[in-house]
Amino acid sequence: MQVRNTGCFARIFSCLLFLLVLVPVVSCSDPEARNTLTIKGSTTVLPVVQIGAEVFMDRNPRADISVQGGGSGVGIASLIDRTTRIATSSREIKAEEIERAKAAGVHPYEIVVAMDGIAVTVNPSNPVDNLTTEQIRDIYTGKVSNWQELGGRDREIVVISRDTSSGTFEAFEKLALDGLRVRPDALVTASNQVVNTTVAQTPGAIGYLGYGYLSDRVKTVSVDGVGPSGETILSGRYPLARPLYLYTDGKPAGAAKRYIDFLTQKEGQRLVQEQGFIPVRQGGRLSGQWYEPPGKSWIFSCSKLWGIRPALRVLRSERGGGLKTAGPPFPEQRDRRTA
Amino acid sequence: MRQFRETLYRWIFTVLAFASLLFLTGIVLTLFRESLPFLVSHEFFDTVFGLYWYPTYDPADFGMLSLITASFVVTLGAMVVCIPVGVGTALFLHELASASQRAVLKPLIEILAGIPSIIYGFFGMIIVAPFIQNLLGVPTGLNAFTASLILGIMATPTVASLAEDALSFVPRSFREASLALGANRWQTLTRVVMPAAGSGISTAIILGIGRAVGETMVVLMVAGGAAVIPGSIFDPVRPMTATIAAEMGETVMGSAHYSAIFTIGLILFFITLAINIVAEIISRRFRLKLGLGR
Repeated sequence: MQVRNTGCFARIFSCLLFLLVLVPVVSCSDPEARNTLTIKGSTTVLPVVQIGAEVFMDRNPRADISVQGGGSGVGIASLIDRTTRIATSSREIKAEEIERAKAAGVHPYEIVVAMDGIAVTVNPSNPVDNLTTEQIRDIYTGKVSNWQELGGRDREIVVISRDTSSGTFEAFEKLALDGLRVRPDALVTASNQVVNTTVAQTPGAIGYLGYGYLSDRVKTVSVDGVGPSGETILSGRYPLARPLYLYTDGKPAGAAKRYIDFLTQKEGQRLVQEQGFIPVRQGGRLSGQWYEPPGKSWIFSCSKLWGIRPALRVLRSERGGGLKTAGPPFPEQRDRRTA
Repeated sequence: MRQFRETLYRWIFTVLAFASLLFLTGIVLTLFRESLPFLVSHEFFDTVFGLYWYPTYDPADFGMLSLITASFVVTLGAMVVCIPVGVGTALFLHELASASQRAVLKPLIEILAGIPSIIYGFFGMIIVAPFIQNLLGVPTGLNAFTASLILGIMATPTVASLAEDALSFVPRSFREASLALGANRWQTLTRVVMPAAGSGISTAIILGIGRAVGETMVVLMVAGGAAVIPGSIFDPVRPMTATIAAEMGETVMGSAHYSAIFTIGLILFFITLAINIVAEIISRRFRLKLGLGR
């Protein structure tokens, strides 16, 4: 009796083992046939590609998209060593990355999928309604600590920042702080929502958050005289804005093309907006032109039809100057910083 | 067949019993393995006593002193709240409360213990922080004081119910003997019952501290999150648990930052381990003293 029983167990066990071994083999056998797609890179772009992937997979049951974070640098490095099909990046690809890509036989192809704008907010009771980028930098680095110095009331400034690993912080640090360190006693909050709540509750507070997360409980200040709006962010007049990129090896094809088409067309761009970014698509089909600036091998620009020409035009003229690392995307910013 | 079943059950329960040991070993090994690159590559003491926590800048600073100090400050503050309230509650329940009062209070305290910590955090952030900010005129209500207060309230039920248990473990004969010798109720309480239950109450307090040290959600939401050594109790702070919770999800696996976060976890693990060992030693002494064996 006992013997028969163990025998039965052994048989079931071996069946299970067999299945365990077999299943991965079968599912890994032909990734192309199952429309497998990996996307890797910036944590800023992550929510957009993630929700895009979910909706896309709902529509296309055969599609299998895996999305990973890791950071812009990691994404581009993975594109170069061919471990990802699409790299996401919150900054432009650097000249040395293009060099490395070329050496590896990879041709990065650039697609702007959304614009990211950072709004600066204060408590509604605060009379200050415009700050220069320099003033914002002084506030966040601790040079200025009272609103009186900025034309406000005599009140201590409560500086609210985000976790140093968040995408919003990363954008703010690049665009507003020039890589300087935030004063160590700044309040650090875990999400855009908490920034809203804290600024709304604290009379002396200043905070920053993704444009899409603005609420009417806080007061938005204009930066260098320009208030954030879809229009000023797209045109590049608002200083604290940057494009978000996807990179593929060569022109996207197959599953990657279908996914990118989805993300850059009406429905995908609606998802972009829902995630708090500014959609770049303003009508027209996904199309564009190839060009080969001196610094980069095949770079594709979809900018023409999307109304973000100023931004990319500057990139081109900068690239024309030879191999430089990518600077801030807008001319106004560059001018102000060098001045 | 029956024998087979017996053996099977024996094995199942043995495996279950040893599972927690397995998890513990796994956690300790992972903590060590992941923090090892950091411990090796950075001067450990420079790190622990460094002042600045700027993990994502280049060059990065991994000074953990402000984080460790923050955990201590917040825990100390929580003790100031939870010891008087918790022990006082226990004494009331044990000495003064009528049967009907006990029937109401005890379940209520247990409900307080069962509220998820995120609710405490939310309550602290939305209600307590603005209240304290307006009441005391401090620049922000998200500071060490508010965090201590909320943590103290959270730890109170732990302290209260364990201290109450300790009091009720004191044999009836002790009290009867004291009263028979002519001592009044207060004398009996302070000279006989409290000393007898003392180590049990200490254990309760230490376990309450353990709860406060390890608490994450409340400090993440209420403590303010500034990685500085606080100049006053009304400054925002960033305890170790909040740092781990906020940064773990966003960091690059295998980076120095990742490893540094595991090092914080390791330090935290040793702190809670020490707390548990102390609690165990004291409670063992307590059992011996009352002749409860072992």
